Amino acid sequence: MAIIKTENLTYVYGEGTPFRKVAVDSVNLEIEEGEFVGVIGHTGSGKSTLIQHLNGLLKPTDGKVFIDGEQLWEDKKRLRDIRFKVGLVFQYPEYQLFEETVYKDIAFGPKNMGLSEDEIDRRIRETARMVGIREELFDKSPFELSGGQKRRVAIAGVMAMEPKVLILDEPASGLDPKGRDKILGQIREYHKEKKNTVLLVSHSMEDVAKHAGRILVMNKSKLYMYDTPVNVFAKADELSNMGLSVPQITRVFKRLSAMGVNVGEEVYTVYFAKDLTMKLLSNK
Amino acid sequence: MLKDITIGQFFPGNSVVHRLDSRVKIIITIAFIVMLFLPNSFYGLGIGMVFVLGAFLLSRIPFKMMLKSLKPLIPILLFTGILNLFFISTGDVLFEWKLIKITTGGATTAAFMIIRIIGLIIGSSLLTYTTSPIALTDAIERLLSPLKKIKLPVHELAMMMTIALRFIPTLIEETDKIMSAQKARGADLETGSLIQRAKALVPILIPLFVSSFRRAEDLALAMECRCYHGGEGRTRLKQLKTAPRDYIALFVTAGFIALTVLADKML
Amino acid sequence: MNSFLKAENLKFSYINNIEEPPVRTEVLKGVSLDIKKGEFVALLGHNGSGKSTLAKCFNAINIADEGKVYSCGFDASLEENLLPIRQRVGMVFQNPDNQIVATIVEEDVAFALENMGVEPSEIRRRVDEALKTVGMYEYKDHAPHKLSGGQKQRVAIAGILAMKPQVVLLDEPTAMLDPSGRAEVLKTIKMLKEEMGVTIVLITHYMEEAAQADRIVVIDSGNVVMDDVPKKVFAQVERMKELGLDVPQVTELVHHLRQQGVDLPCDIITEDECVKALYELLK
Repeated sequence: MAIIKTENLTYVYGEGTPFRKVAVDSVNLEIEEGEFVGVIGHTGSGKSTLIQHLNGLLKPTDGKVFIDGEQLWEDKKRLRDIRFKVGLVFQYPEYQLFEETVYKDIAFGPKNMGLSEDEIDRRIRETARMVGIREELFDKSPFELSGGQKRRVAIAGVMAMEPKVLILDEPASGLDPKGRDKILGQIREYHKEKKNTVLLVSHSMEDVAKHAGRILVMNKSKLYMYDTPVNVFAKADELSNMGLSVPQITRVFKRLSAMGVNVGEEVYTVYFAKDLTMKLLSNK
Repeated sequence: MLKDITIGQFFPGNSVVHRLDSRVKIIITIAFIVMLFLPNSFYGLGIGMVFVLGAFLLSRIPFKMMLKSLKPLIPILLFTGILNLFFISTGDVLFEWKLIKITTGGATTAAFMIIRIIGLIIGSSLLTYTTSPIALTDAIERLLSPLKKIKLPVHELAMMMTIALRFIPTLIEETDKIMSAQKARGADLETGSLIQRAKALVPILIPLFVSSFRRAEDLALAMECRCYHGGEGRTRLKQLKTAPRDYIALFVTAGFIALTVLADKML
Repeated sequence: MNSFLKAENLKFSYINNIEEPPVRTEVLKGVSLDIKKGEFVALLGHNGSGKSTLAKCFNAINIADEGKVYSCGFDASLEENLLPIRQRVGMVFQNPDNQIVATIVEEDVAFALENMGVEPSEIRRRVDEALKTVGMYEYKDHAPHKLSGGQKQRVAIAGILAMKPQVVLLDEPTAMLDPSGRAEVLKTIKMLKEEMGVTIVLITHYMEEAAQADRIVVIDSGNVVMDDVPKKVFAQVERMKELGLDVPQVTELVHHLRQQGVDLPCDIITEDECVKALYELLK
């Protein structure tokens, strides 16, 4: 059964004003449990609005959202419980830190869920380990940490709620290359270990190509496609026209095949490009 | 929603009202307030309203905007109206039922107050609709500049006002974002007792403060990099220069005040 | 006088006064660097390496503890040189929201000139010119908060350009932007260099941006560790990764292929070069 399902999901901003805008336009989507999904789209494509529907922060103007088989907004009292199933990490999540200590800040979400002290403690230790926050840091103020550490504490705060679906909006933005790789690697580890569904929203097609098993493309408020990376990058030209930056390596091999080199397959990671080039060389 | 508030917004334009010197506009607005509170008759008040509506027409601001700015104040209008209607008991009795008594005096005062408040809102919105916040603070700075002699930090105050105006939309957006983020972590902002709700604001207020301080620090640095060193020796892009139209406007305003007083006395 | 920005054995520490006793952190540990007129230099280094601190020494926001800094010939340690330096060495920051002062685009661009006491008619002329240069003239009456990130950043650049600076320092100007915003800003930067001869120092985490510079300077824990043309810097793939940095994807691919014994030049850093080299190999 699909963990996330939308039926004809539509959201309109500023209905009845001159600023009216359809932000999400009849999206039908089914995401299976355990998938690692990359979500891409130009700024204003509707991807942020879409993900805010998945944990009930926004109420659809029209259409339905199902999480784990249960319809959101059908019973408003259930909303908060369903919300706990979908963890949403916003862009620059370090701006939401507020507690006196790192430990307490990670505990905020689990506490709101009404879990026992022991369970909260177990979860904090487990998620802190997963995001590489040492226990020595637990009693420090989150505001004393480095930028990368703050970011990871904030992500841990949502992971500790153990949501069935974890959605991260640009978790690596503003970090240096090493920080990017570290955080994305940890998210991948989390996915491997927990077997939960992960949605990674990113402008970086390189990052999405490296980690995602499926890619969701939003364009002009509509779901453009939801498919495997191979099939998505096969449409590199269309993606470029939408203002998305296709990985450099994909562009290189697109151009090579346009020049008459029989590349054969879609290339979207450096390692794959290397293996493919070696194969092509040995076939010559 | 916070975003729908139109009071204090600026609608760029090129009408006569837009082009008036901002100092003159402030003076006229003050004069108009006098016009509203001076008269004791509907004739005098009517002349004031004609004045402001005329100015509104000249400004070519859509009439809808004016209605929109009045809408959030309807409760206040009703409240003042009802208060005056029921608690002033001069003149003839119009209606009486048990403890409730409505008199002609009450009705007139209520009508007066409502018209005055509406006039006040239209007048002040017109000022902000047609004057950029910077021109406005600039004008305040210059009108107050004689006070520099008594060591009032006029430039600094005006600068603070400008920056506050600049960052209000940014901080509103930021508050929205932080609220969503904490809601996603299960924060419950909508239910519970008053104390519980106040407590629930902590996860929103602390990040908001932290981020405001960070922004302030960044902004101070950026201002320093652009050679900011206080008000001394500063020039302005937009010079405030009075043109003939400004004198005409002041003249017309003075005429309207005189008319108001006369109407009040004669009729 | 060919050198425009010059640091000689520059040392700088931040002092944290909140702790008792105050904690001193040495951020720059003896940096010597010489940047020439008209150069486009990319300054790389992981977070906390000291690259922003260095940039702020060049426009006299930070004053060296030891060593010397000269910006456009002015000694940055002298109080009286503060304003002359800041007029000549403009700085653009990461967060576009936090560097815009005014509520109208053109008034923000005018801010520096107003501070400098420039004549109103001259301000008008220079504001219009700067806005046209960055392609934001049609937006001159707009409120900054309604613009996109890339547009805001271009307004910030215009605000600096209006001062007619000789050097523009940009501290991660693209970090908070989406790909199209990044492209807009980078295009503007390159135009400043090529058409107006402005010296550019660009701090960035995007290697594709750095690849377009004339020269790359890598800072690591307060020291200059690499300083060369992009081709030479990116050729050292392993070293760059050790420093917590990266190389363009094409460079990485060529590096892996060379390790497998494929005969390819080691200095491929752009898409065009890579396509050409691979085409030669595979055709």
